[in-house]
Amino acid sequence: MRTRNLEIPGLVLTDHPGMTVPDNGARRTMLEIRNLAKSFGGVKATNDVSLDFAEGSLTAVIGPNGAGKSTFFNLITGALRPDSGQILLHGVDLAGRSPPEIVRHGVGRAFQVASIFKSLTVQETMLAAVSADQGTSAVLHKRFPLPETRHRAEHVLELLGLAGKRHRTAATLSHGDQKLLDIALALVLEPKVLLLDEPTAGMGPEERWRMIDKVRELWDTQKITVVFIEHDMDIVFKIAPKIVVLCYGRILATGTPDEIRNNSAVIDAYLGTEHAGAAA
Amino acid sequence: MTELEAGRAQTLVPVRSAAALQRYRDVLIALIAFAVLASLPLFTGSKALLDFVIRCSAYGLFATSLNLLVGYTGLISFGHGMFFGLGAYSFGLIMQKLGVPIPMAFVTTLAITTVVAAIIGAICVRLKEIYFAFVTLAFQMLIHSTILSWASFTGGDQGLRGGIPRPVFLGIDLSNHVHLYVTSCALLILGLLAMRQIAQSPFGYTLRMIRDNAARASFLGIDVWRAKLAVFVLAALFASMGGMVMALFVSGAYPEFAYWTISGEAIFINMLGGVSTFLGPMVGTVLLLLLNDTVTRFTEYHGIVLGIVILFFALGLRKGLLDFAADWFAHRRETGEGR
Repeated sequence: MRTRNLEIPGLVLTDHPGMTVPDNGARRTMLEIRNLAKSFGGVKATNDVSLDFAEGSLTAVIGPNGAGKSTFFNLITGALRPDSGQILLHGVDLAGRSPPEIVRHGVGRAFQVASIFKSLTVQETMLAAVSADQGTSAVLHKRFPLPETRHRAEHVLELLGLAGKRHRTAATLSHGDQKLLDIALALVLEPKVLLLDEPTAGMGPEERWRMIDKVRELWDTQKITVVFIEHDMDIVFKIAPKIVVLCYGRILATGTPDEIRNNSAVIDAYLGTEHAGAAA
Repeated sequence: MTELEAGRAQTLVPVRSAAALQRYRDVLIALIAFAVLASLPLFTGSKALLDFVIRCSAYGLFATSLNLLVGYTGLISFGHGMFFGLGAYSFGLIMQKLGVPIPMAFVTTLAITTVVAAIIGAICVRLKEIYFAFVTLAFQMLIHSTILSWASFTGGDQGLRGGIPRPVFLGIDLSNHVHLYVTSCALLILGLLAMRQIAQSPFGYTLRMIRDNAARASFLGIDVWRAKLAVFVLAALFASMGGMVMALFVSGAYPEFAYWTISGEAIFINMLGGVSTFLGPMVGTVLLLLLNDTVTRFTEYHGIVLGIVILFFALGLRKGLLDFAADWFAHRRETGEGR
C-alpha cells in the first residue's frame, strides 16, 4: 500500500531556512548516537548505528518496512534498552535510562498510533500534561487546573491549531487532530529533541500535507531538533534537509535529498531500479 | 459531570475563576444537602427513614470510595469491602477494649487503615487488571478468615457483641438516635466533599490519565505506581469511614462486613448508579438499599429480583442510572442548540 508513494519527484528543493545554513559542523551537535545496537534473537534490528543530529536540524528517517526505524526511536526514548552503544544528548548518555527520565532530559516523542487520553478534552489534556511536567500532578488540595499551567497549555494549543477544539473530547477528534494532540503532548514538555514516528500515518493526501506543513512550521518557529519517520517520498524529499536511510538495521546512506536521490546503493536497495531514470 | 461542564464553559472565562467557582458551588451544594438532611428529624418522627439515611451514609461513603478506584483510575477492586470491615472492626475493638473518646478511635482507625492499605496496595497496584481484581479479592478473604478464626479477639462468627460504648463527646451523644443520625449525615457530606475535591484536583486528573493511557502518562513523567498506591490508600480511608458509620449504627461489627459479598454490593451499586459521574454511586446506594428493603418485604427470592435489575442496567442501559441521565441531558442540549 505504501509502495505507491515511492516515486521520487523530479523537482528541485524549495527554499528552506534549514538549507541555507550548512548542516555540517556549523552548529552544535544536539543528539549523538554512537555504535547503537539492539538484537531480537538473531535479528539485528539496530546494527552499529552512529549518527549526529545538529541543534535545530530537521531529519527524515526512511527505509523499507522492517528496516528498524521504530526500533531506533524506541531505543532513543527508552522504550527499549539498547544492547550496546551510547545515546548522547548534549553529551549526557541516555542509553538504558527509563522513559520518564529520558523525557525529563528533553526528548519528546509522538507515536505512530496517536497515544492520547481519550476521555479528556483537548484542553484538559494539555493542562494535565503541563501539570505533570511542573511536578504538580499529585496536588490534592487545589482544584484542577492550576492557574500556572494555563499559559503554556494555551500556547501549545495555539501552536498546533487545536485551540478551536479545546472542549472536544479527545476520542471524538478526527484522526489527524488526534495525531496533532499527540504531538502537542510531546511539545508541551518543551523538548529539545522531538521524535515523530510517522506523523502522517493513516492520513489522506490532503491531510498529510497539512500535517507536514505543521511539522515544518513547528520546526521553523520552535527551533527544536526534529527527527521524523516518513514513508511518503514526496514529503521526505520536499521538506527534509537531511535524510537518513536505514536498511536491515544499518545506515545505508545519509545526506541531502539530492545526494540520497542519486545514491546508487539507495536506488538499488530501496527505491528500486525502475525509478533510477526519474531520479537522475 | 466535568466533561459536560467543560463543554458549557465559555472560552473567555478564565480558568482560575472557573475552578474557584466550581469549588464554591460544591461547598454550597454540600451545605444545602446537609441542612436538608439534618432538618429531616424536625419534620418526621419516622425512625425507619432516619435509619435508612444512616445506612445510605455508610454504604454511600463506601461505594463512592470504590468509584475513585473503578471510575477515576480504572482499578477494578473486588476486595474493597475489606476496608469497610477493617474500619468497623478496628473502631469497635478500640472502643470496647480501650474506652477512648470516639474521635480518637475514629482517627486511630484511619491510621490503622492507612498502614494496612499501604501494605496491601503496594503488593496489588503493580498487577494488571484481572490479577489486581483477584489479588484484592484474596486479601479480602484473608481478612475475613482472620476475623473468623481469631475468635478470642474478634468474637469469631458471632461478631463484636455486647455493643460499642458511645461516650458523650462535646455534648454529642451517639446513643441518641437523632445525634447519631446527624453525625452520620455530617460524615457522609464531609466524606463526599473530600472525595469530590480529590476527583477535581490535579491528582484527580492524573488518575484519569492513568485510566485512559497509563503508558502515555508515564511518558509525561508521572509515576504511575505511586499515584495508584496513593488513590488505593485514599479510597480505603473513606471505605473505612463507611465501616465506622455502620459499626456505630448497629453498635457492633460482624464478619459479613468483611466478606467478599460486601465488595460485590459496592460493585453492584456502582453499576446501578454509574461510574462516570461523581454522584453516580450515591444514587446507586439509594437504589440498592430501596430495592433491598422493598423486595425483601414481598419475597424471599430477593436475590433473583436484584439480579434481574442489575442485568437490566448492564445489558439494557449499558450504564448506571446517573450516567444515563447525564448522557440524555447532554444529548438533548446538543440537539436543542443545533436548532
